[in-house]
Amino acid sequence: MKKNLLKNAAVQSLIASLLCIVLGLLLGFIVLLFINPSGAGEAILAVVKNFWNYSRANLQAKNFGNTLVKTAPLLMCSLSVLFAYKVGLFNIGAAGQYVVGSCACLYAALAWHWSWLPCLLLSIVVGGVYGAIVGLLKAYCNVNEVISGIMLNWIGLYTTNMLLATVKEPTSPYTLHLKTDATQAMLPTLGLGKLFSDNGNVTIAIPLAVLIAIAIMVLLDKTRLGYELKATGNNKNAAKYAGMAEKRNIILTLIIGGALAAMGGAFLYLTDFEQWSVTQSSVPGMGFNGIAAAFLGGLNPIGTIFASYFIQHITSGGAFVDLSKYSSQISDLISSLIIYLCGFVLFIKYAINMGIAKSEEKAKQKAAAADEKGGAK
Amino acid sequence: MLLLVQYTLIFASVLMLVALGGCFSEHSGVINLGLEGIMVIGALGGALMMRALPNSWAALPTILVVLLGAVVFAVAYSALLGVACINFKADQTIVGTALNMLGVAAATVLVKAINTAADPNNVSSEIQYVEAKKKFLVNIAGFEFNWFMLIAIIMLVVAYVVLYKTRFGLRLMACGEHPQAADSVGINVYKMRWAGVLISGVYGGMGGICYILAGVSLWKFENGVAGFGFLALAVMIFGQWKPTRIALAALLFGLFRALSNVYFGFPFLVALNIPGSVYNMMPYLISLVVLAFTSKKSRAPKAEGIPYDKGQR
Repeated sequence: MKKNLLKNAAVQSLIASLLCIVLGLLLGFIVLLFINPSGAGEAILAVVKNFWNYSRANLQAKNFGNTLVKTAPLLMCSLSVLFAYKVGLFNIGAAGQYVVGSCACLYAALAWHWSWLPCLLLSIVVGGVYGAIVGLLKAYCNVNEVISGIMLNWIGLYTTNMLLATVKEPTSPYTLHLKTDATQAMLPTLGLGKLFSDNGNVTIAIPLAVLIAIAIMVLLDKTRLGYELKATGNNKNAAKYAGMAEKRNIILTLIIGGALAAMGGAFLYLTDFEQWSVTQSSVPGMGFNGIAAAFLGGLNPIGTIFASYFIQHITSGGAFVDLSKYSSQISDLISSLIIYLCGFVLFIKYAINMGIAKSEEKAKQKAAAADEKGGAK
Repeated sequence: MLLLVQYTLIFASVLMLVALGGCFSEHSGVINLGLEGIMVIGALGGALMMRALPNSWAALPTILVVLLGAVVFAVAYSALLGVACINFKADQTIVGTALNMLGVAAATVLVKAINTAADPNNVSSEIQYVEAKKKFLVNIAGFEFNWFMLIAIIMLVVAYVVLYKTRFGLRLMACGEHPQAADSVGINVYKMRWAGVLISGVYGGMGGICYILAGVSLWKFENGVAGFGFLALAVMIFGQWKPTRIALAALLFGLFRALSNVYFGFPFLVALNIPGSVYNMMPYLISLVVLAFTSKKSRAPKAEGIPYDKGQR
């Protein structure tokens, strides 16, 4: 019998994710129709086109590079969320871990004039420690990781603003430019920028992030540690009974998750693509978008690479909408709609499986009926 | 000092309202992480009402209409949580998080669209309500009494009575503890959970509008509600899911939140020369510490977070 392609779990995830994207765009479109019916179609197109809104090839390449520059940190954040989720933990604290990671590398670069590698390593360590707080609270004090993660997001934001205020430009709320004040801390480009019409912000961060995604997949699927971590996620008590150190596993997971998200912060701020504003009063959306990317990617590290790119693609695309009609936040609206729809993924898969079961049942009945006819002859 | 009391009371009212909302939802068995988003949408509903109402209206109808606007918006919004988590058995954490992001994004897009439509040069996400805000305040010898303080107390009494003294409340709580048992004696678990989620929308919306009326007279919707929905969840956990304890916990958290607004009014605090950021992070820090000490013997509803499936016994 021919194997039904729809039965494949990976295919189902892909269908579910694509369905979420299409429905998300559709719902976004409907919202835009309500706000201003005349330009809704164009606005959605502008968001989806992103850098293709430019007609010149070199500008396209440059802006494609810019989107990739921001995809790398997003991918790291979503890997952080994904990794924790595989162990049954919802790491909403990724947003804060990303913030303290950014803080650590910027401070080390600007105040201590460290070069890029130690800056990156410091970010990883600080992020790991920050994640460990959540893990310790969860393992030993039974504090829900979502609540503690949120609290730490805000604590991290205010601490970062306080610390980075010492290395900001005298006349603006932004931190000093690495290009002028700390060139030694800029991530090396290894000539990658040339591919994107001399976009100096395209650095090794992008290939590194992809490599880390693959490493995470190997860790989760091919190693004993990954197996233990997933077992802890599936059933904490069973894992404990089987002799696994469930407390250690929880803490370790959040250390790794914290390190991943913090690395994302370093991947963005060590390229000098953006400066940190020390007056910002809300936690950057990078970590939250990471949640979107992780679930849109079907909780698979490789899927997450594409999902991160997609989320960043439409987020960057938000800048191209006609600002006299809509605001650039419509891309936030669409990505949050997509996450909401991701909540229905289980149901979509269930529906697909039910559909398959029904059609198979029908086929069986038909076959049985045909057999009977044949027997009567 | 009076200012501190005033801010403490108003912030405590916000936290208590939202925490009570969370309390209803969780007692019915649904974790409502989307309270933050529900607050934003409630605030949006109320703010739009204030923007639309003429200044000539008297205080009482204004207050009622604004409150109604907030509640209607927030309840409609919380239905999104209900559909996904109760009918489609979605993961409550994802949906809650999505609602938080969606709330801020939708409110920002909407307010910007309204502002731009009124004045093409205005691309801000702010709504002003200077005049309307005055109707919520009564000045008693320097102390600005806000009607929301009274509303919060009324809603506290209502929550207590409904949860503990009515058949409905006891049934609702049964659905959060052991839905299968509740179902076996003829209680419709889905209906009860819907009730819990929608009531949390009522409370969350009130908390949202109360929050943006607490100190300022214009609100920038891009900023959401600064984690207040989550602080409220911390209050709820610290209050062990019991209305009276939630009220006390809200007072404590409100005090720390108020300090960050008025610390410069106290010479000895100013003399310590601590940066403002430290006061800003205080409520979050305190709640983290408090949670670390109280979560161990947590009395959370036993079945919360688990989608109810009639077919599973």
